[in-house]
Amino acid sequence: MENRSLVTIADHTREKILYLLAMAEQFELHPNRRILDGRVVATLFFEPSTRTRLSFETAANRLGARVIGFADPKVTSGTKGETLKDTIMMVSNYADVIVMRHYLEGAARYASEIAPVPVVNAGDGANQHPSQTMLDLYTIYQTQHRLDNLDIYLVGDLKYGRTVHSLLMAMRHFNPTFHFIAPDELSMPESYKLYCRKMGIQYVEHKDFDAEVIAGADILYMTRVQRERFTDLMEYERVKDRYLLKLDMLRKAKPNMRILHPLPRVNEIEYAIDDDTHAYYFQQARNGLFARQAILCDVLGITLDQVINDNTIIA
Amino acid sequence: MKRQELIVSALDHGTVIDHIPCDRLFEVIRLLHLQDMTSKVTIGYNLKSAKMGTKSIIKIADRFFTDAELNQLSVVAPDVTLAVIRDYEVVEKRQVSMPHEICGIIRCNNPKCITNNEPMPTLFHIVDEDPSLVRCHYCNHEQDIKQVKIIPSPSLC
Repeated sequence: MENRSLVTIADHTREKILYLLAMAEQFELHPNRRILDGRVVATLFFEPSTRTRLSFETAANRLGARVIGFADPKVTSGTKGETLKDTIMMVSNYADVIVMRHYLEGAARYASEIAPVPVVNAGDGANQHPSQTMLDLYTIYQTQHRLDNLDIYLVGDLKYGRTVHSLLMAMRHFNPTFHFIAPDELSMPESYKLYCRKMGIQYVEHKDFDAEVIAGADILYMTRVQRERFTDLMEYERVKDRYLLKLDMLRKAKPNMRILHPLPRVNEIEYAIDDDTHAYYFQQARNGLFARQAILCDVLGITLDQVINDNTIIA
Repeated sequence: MKRQELIVSALDHGTVIDHIPCDRLFEVIRLLHLQDMTSKVTIGYNLKSAKMGTKSIIKIADRFFTDAELNQLSVVAPDVTLAVIRDYEVVEKRQVSMPHEICGIIRCNNPKCITNNEPMPTLFHIVDEDPSLVRCHYCNHEQDIKQVKIIPSPSLC
């Protein structure tokens, strides 16, 4: 059987990404359906992640599927020494699809290779988090009405932030220009700059973060600068406010510019910005529902045509 | 014959692996599972070599390896020479070449990689742009092939 798992966004072609976005668009029009009636979705969270889990479980529930699983790794047999393989094989007997969050990198790839049912990676350590990338892409598409030829500004932790790395890889199909704005300690790793050069992705590195720089942005993608990432706490204290987005920094922003953030936000976006037309991070989080509905249907073999011609829609 | 020379009977059928660096000999033995073999195996260790100073050599009777098996040797000893012997004649002589994938031989340097926490074989891909780098199939970490550790009892996939 063809393995329909979603492990990394890097596996997807331009056509596949656009196909999934078209499917997500259908779910935004009609999120409540019974298209997954009779299916069982397992959510295995070996590492707690309330927001991702609720989003996947809502996606499954709103499509009529039933959900089993665990939210707290302490209740699983993993703590008794059971291998991941045994857990996956056991759950495969019960569920039609496995949504898995794991603290180890590569866990999702391995699970997808051994499981007889499709596996959706809901984050594996610092490695990949493709459903976040799908919702980011959907949000960019929704706000800009295109994915091609955009100026995307990535701000904050570009070293450890897996969301920015996945976004960068997914956007390679769409001729973007990336702008990197980060403290030296958290700058974009050389391996990703190499990736950009290899893929012909243009990028610019900025030292300043101010109204002049922001003026060129279509998308301003903010991430959290975490204190624990710094070896030198003096350095953290020095730079933390430099990457804080303040309302007056938006005075020269293009009208179409939107601010995204994978959330949770701590202090990197001033609360006054929440009511500004450029703020879009809460709508972005809502899009997670539609992106995940599309992902669940796709791995279960449901096509875009079936979603468009679906007669199970609940008004 | 001078007395100080090594007396090894010629091989009628089998494989000779020559120019093995002495510090890699035992890894080559483990990699090819020579300890489990029932046919005659002759191992020369710390032999003089004009090219290398000292070298090791292994002669294995009645055993022929696949290209895939032999190419895995390139991870521990990239410069060995191989000779295939049939009826006392060298019928083939060649170098090993780096495979596209390395399965079950080396350990990932990333302690948070699933392969270091689950009983499973490792798998690496050679990085196209830089063949001195390998990328873990599971966690995607790229690492210098000279800095990865060999698994103590590797199994060829």
